[in-house]
Amino acid sequence: MKMIKSLCTGIAAIALAGTVLSSGTWAEDVAIIGGTAFTNGGKGKVENATVLISSSGIVSVVSGGPVPEGYRTVDASGKWVTAGFMVAGSSLGLGEVSLSGDNNDARADKAKDGIVLDVAYSLNPNNAIIANTRIEGVTRAVTQFSRSKDNWIGLGAIIQLGGDSVDKMITHNKTFLHLDVDEGAARSNGGSRSAMWAEVIKKLDDAKPKPKSNENGEKKEGDNKKPKEKKGGDKILVELFADGLPLPLQVNAHRVSDIRQAIKLKKKYGIHVILTGAREAWMVADELAAADIPVLIDPLDNLPSRFDMLASTSASAARLHAAGVKVAFLPPDTLNARLVVQSAGNAVAMGMPWEAAVDALTVNAAEIFGVSDHYGTLAEGKVADVVVWDGDPLEVMTSPDHVFIQGEEIPLVSRQTKLRDRYKEIPRAPGLKK
Amino acid sequence: MKKRMMLTGTGARSAMLATVLTTVLVACGPSDTAQDGFVDINRDPFPSSYTPLASETTLIVNATVLDGKGGMIEGGSVLMDGGKIKQVGTDITAPDGTRVIDASGRWVTPGIIDVHSHLGVYASPGTQSHSDGNEVGDPVTAGVWAEHSLWPQDPGFGRAAAGGVTAMQLLPGSANLVGGRSVTIKNVPGRVAQDMKFPDAPYGMKMACGENPKRVYGGGNNNVLARPSTRMGNVHGYRQAWADAQDYQRRWNKYERDYAAGKDVLPPKRNLRLDTLAGVLRGEIKVHMHCYRADDMGTMLDVMKEFNYQIASFQHAVESYKIADKLADNGVCSAMWADWYGFKMEAYDGIRENIPFVHKAGACAIVHSDSSSGIQRLNQEAAKALADGRKVGVDISKADAWQWLSLNPAKSLGIDGMTGTLEAGKNADVVLWSADPFSVYAKADMTFVDGAVVHDRADPSKQRVADFELGHVGEGDVK
Repeated sequence: MKMIKSLCTGIAAIALAGTVLSSGTWAEDVAIIGGTAFTNGGKGKVENATVLISSSGIVSVVSGGPVPEGYRTVDASGKWVTAGFMVAGSSLGLGEVSLSGDNNDARADKAKDGIVLDVAYSLNPNNAIIANTRIEGVTRAVTQFSRSKDNWIGLGAIIQLGGDSVDKMITHNKTFLHLDVDEGAARSNGGSRSAMWAEVIKKLDDAKPKPKSNENGEKKEGDNKKPKEKKGGDKILVELFADGLPLPLQVNAHRVSDIRQAIKLKKKYGIHVILTGAREAWMVADELAAADIPVLIDPLDNLPSRFDMLASTSASAARLHAAGVKVAFLPPDTLNARLVVQSAGNAVAMGMPWEAAVDALTVNAAEIFGVSDHYGTLAEGKVADVVVWDGDPLEVMTSPDHVFIQGEEIPLVSRQTKLRDRYKEIPRAPGLKK
Repeated sequence: MKKRMMLTGTGARSAMLATVLTTVLVACGPSDTAQDGFVDINRDPFPSSYTPLASETTLIVNATVLDGKGGMIEGGSVLMDGGKIKQVGTDITAPDGTRVIDASGRWVTPGIIDVHSHLGVYASPGTQSHSDGNEVGDPVTAGVWAEHSLWPQDPGFGRAAAGGVTAMQLLPGSANLVGGRSVTIKNVPGRVAQDMKFPDAPYGMKMACGENPKRVYGGGNNNVLARPSTRMGNVHGYRQAWADAQDYQRRWNKYERDYAAGKDVLPPKRNLRLDTLAGVLRGEIKVHMHCYRADDMGTMLDVMKEFNYQIASFQHAVESYKIADKLADNGVCSAMWADWYGFKMEAYDGIRENIPFVHKAGACAIVHSDSSSGIQRLNQEAAKALADGRKVGVDISKADAWQWLSLNPAKSLGIDGMTGTLEAGKNADVVLWSADPFSVYAKADMTFVDGAVVHDRADPSKQRVADFELGHVGEGDVK
């Protein structure tokens, strides 16, 4: 039910996007011609592509295809065309200045119940970091809380970075519940992994559906008692066990033994687990692949930053991919969400195939968070998040020339570009004393 | 006179001593009253014990060479011998027994110098026990020295070598108005800090503008001198510190004059904090000041003139683009990130074109890291800044841009006479890149410090494994 409801939100957002977006431009039909397009993540290369898009989505991608009447043409000769990229973890839109600035809504450290946190109440579509991020080709993001009172850190959402209202930006809300079980979480939740896990297990046992009958099919004693109605966080935990489309549990863990606990959790409770952080995941890549657990990592991490991160290596992404694990990328932090593209390039430099790294920025992220029917490729009917790059997008000296989000071209303007334009020629007073 | 023998000074210092010595000799006569030995301050009590690693004569051929001072040579060669650059050009004949490396398709540059690192002082793993970079409790801690916190076993040093970093400045943090002395090191393995110290590199001193000191000390209920809680309180603190240092220096000058005149005088009491500050006023120690906002930097340019010292660099300097002309006029370098911004109010106006705009104004631009992760990819930071500048019409060549990574950092640290470019006679601090280092896909194939290999991507025995990493998961792995 939950997923169906949130998908409806997504469809509603697409319909609304047909009217007007924050950029103030009207939706239009656009033909991006002459570029090299990658229609399916890093695959599906189409030379001299005619990419037809409209506010209702991708129309077609055909090599040398004709431009229908009424389409505005964007010349992409010599350029690269991809789906807009997605960061698989951030707090985009939840805070402006992290240190001694305004309130940072991502840090819900005084929350009464960490499980019920909903980003919709915190998301600010006018947050300046969003514009800084989208003009660098990142059009989608997972946004979530960074902290709560304990290690249950709220419900995350998928946002598109082009909307001017919360309803338009959040395409899918409550797409996962975040649970932190790393070394830091253990320290502040019982002081020991054993204390922390005891609490986690207790909560999951309480939420787990109770069998209606015993093994012999006999009614259990007390079954006539009406079960107490669950509320708040306890009610949300029940969704982890829902039939059909259960709420995924995103688990942050780094040490191999902690990661294996997450694998056990999936097996024991039959819940859907997404592993994040995961510095040492590459050491159990085969087990993760066998358990069908996708992994979100920052591919640059290669220092033993903590005792649960000793085996950190920037070869992680390549190794996980080679073992068949579905990988998506975390940026260094929210302000630097746009640098996820550079991180992906570095993953390639460390042995990940280029196609797989671009998959990680698009289709993999879409599939991991259950939005792949909507976003992630340039297939007909997908939302038109399309970026025209002036070269290989993973390179550090390239950047977008055009960014479309849900069919709308986003002006390449931000607070930063306005400051740049103001100071490009320094307004030096003529009488300045040296 | 005996005490004087322990002196080891820089050139300027030795010259000054010679003057004093002559005066003393003239003044020494049979009619003089007895004098205690002349008391002088040993300016180098923790001398470098750096010894170059074994190197072999090496000739790199067929490379694209960036000489680090704006030149680019296609099909270039670089000859290293005895730890020095011997020759750079296109047609170099190597002596017999030279190791010849064919670098077809590859690039050679001077080693990267990071002017802002906390490796060793905030080491990995980042446990509380390794938090050795900020001596909080007093806003002016000029008497602390980063080298006394330096843990040579930080695994970050090896990672930085794999990123082509051959030297770096290790700084105290920015909690204090004056954080203490920095140390410039060569990126070589060391058992003790002194093994890594860059011989003859001048000391630096860390200062900090703006939010950090006022946040750390800003209780608000205390004497402003003891606890700055505002920017104006910060500036009061710097100025009083300089005034104290001037007074201290005058007392020493008077002691030296009186001693030279044959008087039996008591030297001033040593004050380790004022030793460092006075060293700046004498021009021996370089100031590197953490400063984000243009107006904060503008204030400090006047404090600098008031007390007659030179700021070598503003660190982070996210608003240098607003006052790049003034920075050029005042000869102050800006050490900058390519695109970090916004994490606090004073970083809020960061723009991606800061570095190329500073360069365009004729000011000294430096790419720095302040990060154990960022230090591994400074070439990529320069590449991003270069591309962002070009996109808005600031045309800078890759050869010129490399100055942000080697020559300009070397200048700000006062070691450009020894390193920072590929010129005959300079230290052979060199990186051989697998490809154009302005590409995300390029890796440092080999890093040389004084001609010795400190990192070789093809040879696991030349990939550093810190003591800490031994016996742990991931030991000796590709990093």
